[in-house]
Amino acid sequence: MANIMYWEAIQRAHDEEMARDPLVICMGEDIGVAGGTYKATKGLYEKYGPLRVMDTPISEGGFTGLGIGASFLGVRPVIEIMSVNFAWLAMDQMFNSAAKVRYMSGGQLTAPCVFRSAGGAAHQLGAQHSARMEKVFMGIAGLRVVTPSNPKQAYGLLKSAIRCDDPVFINEHELMYNMKGEVPDGEYFHPLEGSDVARAGTDVTLFGYNVSVHWCLKAAEILDKQYGISAEVVDLYSLSPLDRAGIKASVSKTHRAVIAEEDEAPVGVGSEVIAIINEECFFELDAAPVRVHSALVPQPYNHTLEKAAIPDHEDVVKAVLKLFGKA
Amino acid sequence: MKIEDKKRVLREMVLHRRFEERCYQAYIERKIGGFLHLYPGQEACCNGVMEAARPGHDYVITGYRDHVHAIKCGADPKEVMAELYGKETGSSKGRGGSMHIFDAAHHFMGGYALVGGPFPLAAGIAKAIQLKGGDEIAICFLGDAANNQGVFHETLNMAALWKLPVLFVCENNLYGIGTSIERSTAVVHQHKRVAAYNIPADECDGQDIDIVYEHARKAVDHVRAGNGPFFLELMTYRYRGHSMSDSRGYRSREEEEVWKQRDPILMLRDRLITAGALTMAEFETLEKETDAYIENEVVKFSEESPEPRVEDLEKYVFAERETQLPWLTGKAA
Repeated sequence: MANIMYWEAIQRAHDEEMARDPLVICMGEDIGVAGGTYKATKGLYEKYGPLRVMDTPISEGGFTGLGIGASFLGVRPVIEIMSVNFAWLAMDQMFNSAAKVRYMSGGQLTAPCVFRSAGGAAHQLGAQHSARMEKVFMGIAGLRVVTPSNPKQAYGLLKSAIRCDDPVFINEHELMYNMKGEVPDGEYFHPLEGSDVARAGTDVTLFGYNVSVHWCLKAAEILDKQYGISAEVVDLYSLSPLDRAGIKASVSKTHRAVIAEEDEAPVGVGSEVIAIINEECFFELDAAPVRVHSALVPQPYNHTLEKAAIPDHEDVVKAVLKLFGKA
Repeated sequence: MKIEDKKRVLREMVLHRRFEERCYQAYIERKIGGFLHLYPGQEACCNGVMEAARPGHDYVITGYRDHVHAIKCGADPKEVMAELYGKETGSSKGRGGSMHIFDAAHHFMGGYALVGGPFPLAAGIAKAIQLKGGDEIAICFLGDAANNQGVFHETLNMAALWKLPVLFVCENNLYGIGTSIERSTAVVHQHKRVAAYNIPADECDGQDIDIVYEHARKAVDHVRAGNGPFFLELMTYRYRGHSMSDSRGYRSREEEEVWKQRDPILMLRDRLITAGALTMAEFETLEKETDAYIENEVVKFSEESPEPRVEDLEKYVFAERETQLPWLTGKAA
């Protein structure tokens, strides 16, 4: 096991896959000569050259479509969209071309491409650079959506996404690139479907994904030490498809559920998970499920307002205490 | 083009014309649903360019007015019509419809319904050719109105920057849906717009197949020789409306008549008759044979083909699950 950073894990996955298959390429803004805004492609330009590590113009719709077109002929592009906020400009191609081409061609064409993008609120980046957009992607037929919460997942999910014939959107997080964690020394493929139990517990399930997994883990620690509540943390690294069986199994055991998301609530991961709970195990519930989520505002610049808009582990603790009638 | 080739192309163009007219009839009979964008009037564009290229070898992509391009690449007219009928035997197994004809085996990479959407896809196909080192080229057929999309400019920039083997063919039919080009576009002559990207461009009459062929040959040769992209504008006209609900109230019948005087099929026919290579009787026979083929084979096949099974509704959303299990479950061999 190597203890490496999230960005290093992503870089390693790129490097291994590019070394293995000459048709794996990567493209995006500043990924080559500059080494990548978050260093996720560091050193690849020098190793694989400009034909396979493409510094693109700032034309998200154009270069995303270009990568998708190349994938029709078996090229496997890893397309980095520097910030998920810019993905709005690429969505026509991602949704109308990549996600639909297999279906509308009756299985003749596939788009085996990977879209990677940094989402989430970082530090005072303001309204147009702080979006969480996973809920937009997870409702699109034909597109897989995964979101790594640690370096091991970041490495293994990218490896699997490159190998998979379906288009995959990988939602990363601006604040997680320097997080350290254990990654297997040998080749490792994280499943693109399912969920991970990040901490076992018996009294309540805390559902998180990406950054909110860490709020849940911290909250579980506090709940255990200070309140004697045993919380299970389920990491929903696959947002499309969501892990129906995993959600059902955990809630059937704990009978209570809290869903923590950095995104705003409407039409989000929380509402989807609650719908699944209702469909799969409604009569197992001892209390109504609760969502912890951002305020429905364009992200404010002011530090205090920003902090107020985004939830954290304390909000998760409060939500659980409320469920147990302790707040 | 040699005389034999011209005679063959005339036969193909008659098929393309009659096929589209038969689609119109089937639509009126409600055998075909959705939107239907027909090609009559523009036949010399697709045929002239593809005669200069290698159908079935070069990769072709286009918008929603795509039936003829697919057939020219090698798609079976029966399967194209069956697709319009929504049948399991259709080009896209009834999942695509008129705007989404595909024939990957003949390198016809599809019809797309977002105006301008194929631009970057075409450049991507060219990028793949470049990476793999093949001698194919990518050919992107789109209308003039697509050039007002942002991806037009984004794609031209990247295609020039990376010297991608892609030929952009602009079939300038003077209307974007129901708005004339003068009312939507500051520059009517589209080839002038690509000068900003240092891409060589050419414009010619899109009604005369001999002229289209000569210009297309230079364009195709330029791209195939590894000189990067080329932009070819063909001045043409669609006889019918944009789609089926279009009564053409935005243009005069006189204007339509002027264009019909230069019909691409009749011009080629008359040229062959003048050259002594065809008689009017032979042409009339050709039309009858074409209609008989369409009726007795193409339409019959479409009518008699089975519908897709409802059980297969979700088939083709993702790749076959069994083939992807190592990545879906993480249990790689």
